[in-house]
Amino acid sequence: MSVRGIRILSAAILALGLAATAPLAQTVEGGAEDPRAATGGAQTLEDILARQRGEKIDDSFRRGETGDPASAADPSEQLGTLGGVSDPELWRALRYGEASVTVPTSAPAAGVVIQDGGMRWLKFREGPLLIYGGYGLIAMIAVILLFFLLRGRIRIEGGRTGQTVRRFGALERFGHWLMAGSFIVLALTGLMILFGRIALIPLLGKEAYAPLAAAGKWAHNNFSWAFMAGLALVIVVWIGHNLPNRHDLVWLAKGGGLFSKGVHPPARKFNAGQKIVFWAVVVLGLSISLSGLSLLFPFELPMFAKTFEVLNATGLPQLVGLGPLPEVLGPHQEMQLAQAWHGIVAFAFIAIIIAHIYLGSIGMEGAFDAVGSGEVDVQWAKEHHSLWYEEVTGAAPDHPPGAPAE
Amino acid sequence: MKVMLLAFLSAAAIAVLADFALDRAGFSAREVTSGPSVRLD
Repeated sequence: MSVRGIRILSAAILALGLAATAPLAQTVEGGAEDPRAATGGAQTLEDILARQRGEKIDDSFRRGETGDPASAADPSEQLGTLGGVSDPELWRALRYGEASVTVPTSAPAAGVVIQDGGMRWLKFREGPLLIYGGYGLIAMIAVILLFFLLRGRIRIEGGRTGQTVRRFGALERFGHWLMAGSFIVLALTGLMILFGRIALIPLLGKEAYAPLAAAGKWAHNNFSWAFMAGLALVIVVWIGHNLPNRHDLVWLAKGGGLFSKGVHPPARKFNAGQKIVFWAVVVLGLSISLSGLSLLFPFELPMFAKTFEVLNATGLPQLVGLGPLPEVLGPHQEMQLAQAWHGIVAFAFIAIIIAHIYLGSIGMEGAFDAVGSGEVDVQWAKEHHSLWYEEVTGAAPDHPPGAPAE
Repeated sequence: MKVMLLAFLSAAAIAVLADFALDRAGFSAREVTSGPSVRLD
């Protein structure tokens, strides 16, 4: 082989060798490819963009890189530095809560200078929460409209008798309206604050929206106490009547008589449909009150870390593929989760209450009287709550075959 | 309907009282998020 041939062969072997070892240079222990080989282990543009998109990234590769003053060269040495921590390491320590921060106020969480979960929360608040929540409410209104078009108003089939029977006492109605009135204020102001930026500012302008938002915030914060008081009162006066019984199954099997005329399943003071609404109000009302209190007293009532700990112990998050939920949360993460949960529960709550308001007013003749004057027509009582009517009047059993809920 | 109106008035009264009481109890944002070393004005 000529010298030229040997050189070509050597170059080819070298090229092959480099090509074969290049991927090895980009692998880490365990054989996985190192996506940050190009930056020498530092974060890449893709990491930064992913974070800006609100995605959760595995930051374990840099979280601990906060400097090591103990092993740094002494300042008197040739390469010695003051402190042994570089600026990036200092900022990283601030970001991951590792830095020792002293602030001139004792306000809770004031020592948290950088919190990097905000983007994920903001993306969720401006994205899925608004989109799915908003469409959910529109869907509920559409379903009610369709139901009204198909079924019409549910009439008192036997006609009004002009005789009435006491359905709810003053305390029951007071509790209902204390909760209902404050709920409507809370729902409207909550939606106004949530949709302000995308819906109201383009419509009204920032100058007009600002005082509206400030008033809405005041009302939302302070009417919450009336809501909680009303909820407590309603639970006390009605919980005993909302325990399940065998009539509920019959009522549910017949769809409560909602979908067909002349069907009136027997029911006591509350039928199965009303019991579903009651327990939904209790569960959602308590949940939204707790997250609301957490928001009213920022950083004072963290609840999610403990809740996640309890949930993890049940194994449910792991079962549905969410893995173990984080049991250590920063103060701002707690607030962000409280706000997100508050919004999710609020949309579900509002959707249910829209249906309740419909059936309790224009959807069913005579239903509003129960919480209006407290007196309902005898025929209405017989059709919708026959067992209760017999209990309170001592009338002989005369069960119509079914009755819808209000 | 009187009960309904009374409940609505009560809700408004509770809201005003809650605002006043929380402010008096030192739960205003100004007091909670500040300290003697912070100049607000």
